[in-house]
Amino acid sequence: MDSDLSPQDKKDLDKFIKFFALKTVQVIVQARLGEKICTHSSSSPTGSDWFNLAIKDIPEVTHEAKKALAGQLPGIGRSMCVEISLKTSEGDSMELETWCLEMNEKCDKDIKVSYTVYNRLSVLLKSLLAITRVTPAYKLSRKQGHDYVILYRIYFGEVQLSGLGEGFQTVRVGVVGTPVGTVTLSCAYRTNLAFMSSRQFERSAPIMGIIVDHFVDGSCGQRPVTMGQPCNYRPPDDEDTGPFPGVQDSQEVCTTSFSTSPPSQMYSSRLCCQPPIITGPELCHPNATNQVMHAGKEGTVVLLPTQTQEAHLTLEQAHNTSTSSGDEEGLSHNGDGRSASPSDPVESLSNFTRKVGAFVNKPNAQLTAASLDLPFAAFAPRGLDAEENDRMVQPPDSPSCPSPLQGSLHSQGSEGSGPQDDFVMVDFRPAFSKDDLLPMDLGTFYREFQNPPQLASLSLHISSQSMADDLDSLPEKLAVYEKNMDEFDAFVDMLQ
Amino acid sequence: MNCRSEVLEVTVEARQVEESMLALLHTILLHRSTGKFHYKKEGTYSIGTVGTQDIDCDFIDFTFVRVSSEELDRVIRKAVSEFKDALSVSGSDGMGQICLEFYQKKKSRWPFSDECIPWEVWSIKVNVVNLANEQERQICREKVGEKLGEKVINVVEVINRHEYLPKMPTQSEVDNVFDTSLKDVQPYLYKITYQITDSLGTSVSTTVRRLIKDTLAL
Repeated sequence: MDSDLSPQDKKDLDKFIKFFALKTVQVIVQARLGEKICTHSSSSPTGSDWFNLAIKDIPEVTHEAKKALAGQLPGIGRSMCVEISLKTSEGDSMELETWCLEMNEKCDKDIKVSYTVYNRLSVLLKSLLAITRVTPAYKLSRKQGHDYVILYRIYFGEVQLSGLGEGFQTVRVGVVGTPVGTVTLSCAYRTNLAFMSSRQFERSAPIMGIIVDHFVDGSCGQRPVTMGQPCNYRPPDDEDTGPFPGVQDSQEVCTTSFSTSPPSQMYSSRLCCQPPIITGPELCHPNATNQVMHAGKEGTVVLLPTQTQEAHLTLEQAHNTSTSSGDEEGLSHNGDGRSASPSDPVESLSNFTRKVGAFVNKPNAQLTAASLDLPFAAFAPRGLDAEENDRMVQPPDSPSCPSPLQGSLHSQGSEGSGPQDDFVMVDFRPAFSKDDLLPMDLGTFYREFQNPPQLASLSLHISSQSMADDLDSLPEKLAVYEKNMDEFDAFVDMLQ
Repeated sequence: MNCRSEVLEVTVEARQVEESMLALLHTILLHRSTGKFHYKKEGTYSIGTVGTQDIDCDFIDFTFVRVSSEELDRVIRKAVSEFKDALSVSGSDGMGQICLEFYQKKKSRWPFSDECIPWEVWSIKVNVVNLANEQERQICREKVGEKLGEKVINVVEVINRHEYLPKMPTQSEVDNVFDTSLKDVQPYLYKITYQITDSLGTSVSTTVRRLIKDTLAL
């Protein structure tokens, strides 16, 4: 019943609910732009930050929200909904979640409008900020880009959840009781992403799970995020208008003052309509503005997932070619020492694939174990003659069965010096790989696996030099350690 | 008035302890911080603006929102870092608990010192596990992210019950309710403590020491 509410309170309450609805939409859409959001705290009230929270206003979003509300307020049976959906570059789309701002009939008559309701709405907005980062659509929106974009749609009226598929989940963000009803904010999100998995939208996470700049302090907004297109809105053929007129009335200043007087006295709360202290461009997000306006155009750049993968493969192939030509020199070094060019194609493959240890070329300087009086001499690099007996390098002959490998081994032109057959195959067709869309997938992996790039620190003369230095200094170090043996023993005893 | 007590429990790898604690503590503090109060004449006051910031975790598939205040972040990071160090010293089967307690100060007459009356306590229990290989770590990264999401939803649910909150204080009383030491935001008065349980399940004497200290402070 509105009769219990003073006209001033009613007016305040309507204003709170209106701006709460607008801010809710801003928070949801900004959380799906694909960027990290950062706003600054300010100890002195600027008078334009509703609910004492720094939430920027993107003019287009406010415009859309006001268009949907059409002068009404969320009420009983009239909910304001923000629908977030995903649209692929091929034109397929899928609803991901629907955020609903509803009002029900349960009233809280005793609550103070301009104090308690206002503060609780502020807490609810903070909860919305937290929950928007938790639903599955957040991760998808952070990865949006060429493959898909995230769109939003605002509508008013009945909540429509049928587009979310079976088994959708609901999370309640919070409720705030008011004298005219209870404001409820909730989100229903899709759990069945079957359409997605076949398209492989999720890029695989880094294997080590460590971001390179983890230990670097980044200030607000400094870290670059994944390239993303911001939310666009349907219909996609919406007019690409110029900058939206500054929505002046949304920047009504909220200079709510609170009173610490006892409740029996009239609390002096007032909402002033003043010209905005901060001008439009500062409040809106300029980058987002430009992106939203041009997203339609960018969206037409279509890259099918398969094409994207092929693009990656092309890069990798080029990389492999360059590294393998570097390897080829290493191989030719090895080849110099070899007795004869192998005749067996399988053996030539073995020569191609096997090296002395991973990433290491055999050094030219032959340090035989016998010349050094060292423990663990067996692990020092071997002489070449030992290699012929090394099973790691010369595997036992495998049974010769015809395989596609043989065909490809013989078929390639040489890329390097004449007698060397064991170098890069251009069209390496590995056995058992599928031929259709991604013929090079397994082959690329195979080649990469076999031709890892050389570590700079393990190149020929550097490794042998450092090895020689280490070996020279060893006798001195041993002498020092023997002298201090008592100290070491004492230390070991201490640890036990 | 009874103190509200909530318990959250997480199981994480050692390298995820810091970020998971920061995520949960900052989520709670986001809801329990306001802008700076500026008192005016006639007993009214206005409130400053709280900014927010998205923080991506490096070892967990998760992003959380915190208040934009470097000072507050420093304080929380310091507490979490001490907790993390204590956990790692305790051994590989680390179990511990970090508590975020919101309290009000009640002035007492001399010679008694001010009473600290808690009105909300959040206890976050941590189990540290060791994983054997990268595949398990990758799965853990995603699973812990999902779990943290559930915890954030729990926190939000509790806070939105809108149960007891201290009354808004007058200017003279503001330091009994809020922490006014930061220059950009104003959280409710809080303290962070932790306990480490060794493998026998007995809690180390941190708590006992603290009790004794509090008693002697009277």
